[in-house]
Amino acid sequence: MKQIYLDHTATTPVDQEVVDVMIPYLSKVFGNASSAHNFGRDAKVALENSREIVAAHINCEPSELYFTSGGTESDNIALMGVAQKYKSKKHHLLVGATEHHAVLETAEFLHNKHDFKLSVIPVDVDGFISADSINKLITEKTFLTSIMLANNETGTIQNLKPLVDATHAKGALFHTDAVQAIGKIKVDVKELDVDLLSLTAHKIYGPKGIGALFVKQGVRMEPLFYGGSHEKKRRPGTENIAGAVGLAKTLEIAQRRMDADHAMLLELSEYFIAKVKALLPDVYLNGPMTNRIPQTVNLSFQGVEGESLLLGLDLKGVAVSSGSACTSGATEPSHVLQAMGIDKVISQGALRFSLGRSTTKDDLDYVISVLPEVVNRLRDMSPIYNK
Amino acid sequence: MAKKVLVAMSGGVDSSVAAFLLKEQGYDVVGAHMKLWDYVEVGGDIYKDGRCCTIDSITDCRVVCDAIDAPFYVLNMSRHFRDTVIEDFISEYDKGRTPNPCIQCNSNVKWTEFLRKAEELGCDYIATGHYSFIEQGENGRWSIRKGVDVTRDQSYVLWGVSQDALSKTLMPLGGLLKSEVREMAHKYKLRTADKAESREICFVLDDDYRRFLIEMAEKNDKSYVPGEIVHADGRVLGQHKGTAFFTIGQRKGMGISHPTPLYVQIIDIENNRVVVGDNDTLFKSELVADSLNWIAIEPQSEPFDALVKIRYLHDPSEATVIPQGDGSVQIKFKDSQRAITPGQSVVFYDDQTLLGGGLIVS
Repeated sequence: MKQIYLDHTATTPVDQEVVDVMIPYLSKVFGNASSAHNFGRDAKVALENSREIVAAHINCEPSELYFTSGGTESDNIALMGVAQKYKSKKHHLLVGATEHHAVLETAEFLHNKHDFKLSVIPVDVDGFISADSINKLITEKTFLTSIMLANNETGTIQNLKPLVDATHAKGALFHTDAVQAIGKIKVDVKELDVDLLSLTAHKIYGPKGIGALFVKQGVRMEPLFYGGSHEKKRRPGTENIAGAVGLAKTLEIAQRRMDADHAMLLELSEYFIAKVKALLPDVYLNGPMTNRIPQTVNLSFQGVEGESLLLGLDLKGVAVSSGSACTSGATEPSHVLQAMGIDKVISQGALRFSLGRSTTKDDLDYVISVLPEVVNRLRDMSPIYNK
Repeated sequence: MAKKVLVAMSGGVDSSVAAFLLKEQGYDVVGAHMKLWDYVEVGGDIYKDGRCCTIDSITDCRVVCDAIDAPFYVLNMSRHFRDTVIEDFISEYDKGRTPNPCIQCNSNVKWTEFLRKAEELGCDYIATGHYSFIEQGENGRWSIRKGVDVTRDQSYVLWGVSQDALSKTLMPLGGLLKSEVREMAHKYKLRTADKAESREICFVLDDDYRRFLIEMAEKNDKSYVPGEIVHADGRVLGQHKGTAFFTIGQRKGMGISHPTPLYVQIIDIENNRVVVGDNDTLFKSELVADSLNWIAIEPQSEPFDALVKIRYLHDPSEATVIPQGDGSVQIKFKDSQRAITPGQSVVFYDDQTLLGGGLIVS
């Protein structure tokens, strides 16, 4: 059976070019970057070279970039670290309603267990946030606003600058989870004017287990981990050199391919959306048609459960996702679609197709050839779908 | 083309071997774990072992399915389970009855919702790891017969399954002993080979249903009303914290001192009282049951003799089942039975074959 992977927003295969540059750092160059001897120095040089490349990609200073294990850890360090530092003076934080759980659950933890005040910023039907919404919620006691750059379920690209300005106007810091944006669109921390930014490698053909947190010079925070002076004590633990080297190469490749990939994915996703809508009635695109990461296509099939559709497609060799991979097993429809005010029944029929570099028109044509059969079978059995 | 079957996998050895055997028999096997509840909802310790619906048991299912080259899915049925089984569990206790949630789950979740999911996936059958045979009789009806390993018989909790659902069910362990199943799991290196089994209520992790009821009540701003514990002769002996915390025949946990042992006889919710008395008075020879479902035989209108079982751990006893015309039955036992409990199920057998069952009303 054909196997077609349309879940590139969950994770991606590692580019061979990335694998090749990592291999020596898994064997020959094995030193501990903190060691004073020659072995350590070789590792340290590789680490710092990688830091420069990653920093250049987002236009920050290498000294402002901290390697972590990935997006979830970066988000945790950002929120908890800043909260710890500011708690004696400020106790309020703002997060977007459609954030990844790495941000939402961390914010809820701060609220539930550490008495921070938490406000959730509403979004419009396409997932966008207005500066006005921030102005309504922000106070002198707010220490941080956290809003993602691109959404993992719908691909919505937030226009951050006005939101950052509204936050800074009240003297609060701004964090963005850029995990779904990095490498796919231009991310420049100076243009965005953010204070903290999370990124990871594995969503863009890099290895799992490596990411980074940008912390603007002058931002004060407490570490989450203790136990050494690695990453200037902000993230102790023996450095993952192979990972850092891999992340740097991943971003180099992403930079090189960005425009071409973007154009290709836009064309394919528009083709796919149009074809599916032409073949099946009552199909809706969740999220905007423009200002969207083109690889992420979130479609609702009215009258069916996304979970059933996902399993039906898996049995046909098509790998997709309902909601985010991190929430599979949740009882409620996606919090992202709910926040966007999308009807509960329609949200339950949502499925995320996410395309990637290896996706071809043939792949999509295969999906288009099996999708109606699965959808129609489920609709025939559905107690809520009226034909 | 091979028939496709969705195997309900708990993460235990029985369903693992069931999936393995069906694969051997040439079926197109798909494994599925029903996620029925969440710790956030029911309370309990996420790190406790050996239960279904935990991350570890889901991992076990996944590894077994991988070993037999079958796709595996987790089906989230927790909302459905909450709305049917858990709601029923709580409301039955409110009515002074003692529910059996496994039966509700089989009738209203496994052989309905899970079957529906199977059909959605294009499966012809569902399969489970019960030690029973499913057979079609000469009268055209589908029946459940106790498996070779009668010590593992669970037919008592299967009486509510519909004929249509039974016709689409496979139980490949009917001809095996538990020891053979374990042996087979070892031989084929299924990782669940040595897993202990649990027979308690799956969503009450500490086996303390009173704790569960209290926690669920707190979440719903409900409280249990204290009342009197009285002797059958009218004497008030003490106080109770809510009639829901009692079951017929119960001796412990009443907090009263009395020279002779006392047992719960009646849960009188109208007067919010628990009536206690001597062991002798717990024996009765008649009961009435409703909500009937017929398995091996057509719905009956004439009295017939059967072996009748009134709780999970009860030896079937000789009785006459007398249909009442209003959909209920009266049952007269040859010998009187201890602690006939409203809310529990009554199940009729002809030798090893399940004829039907219902819920005890009185």
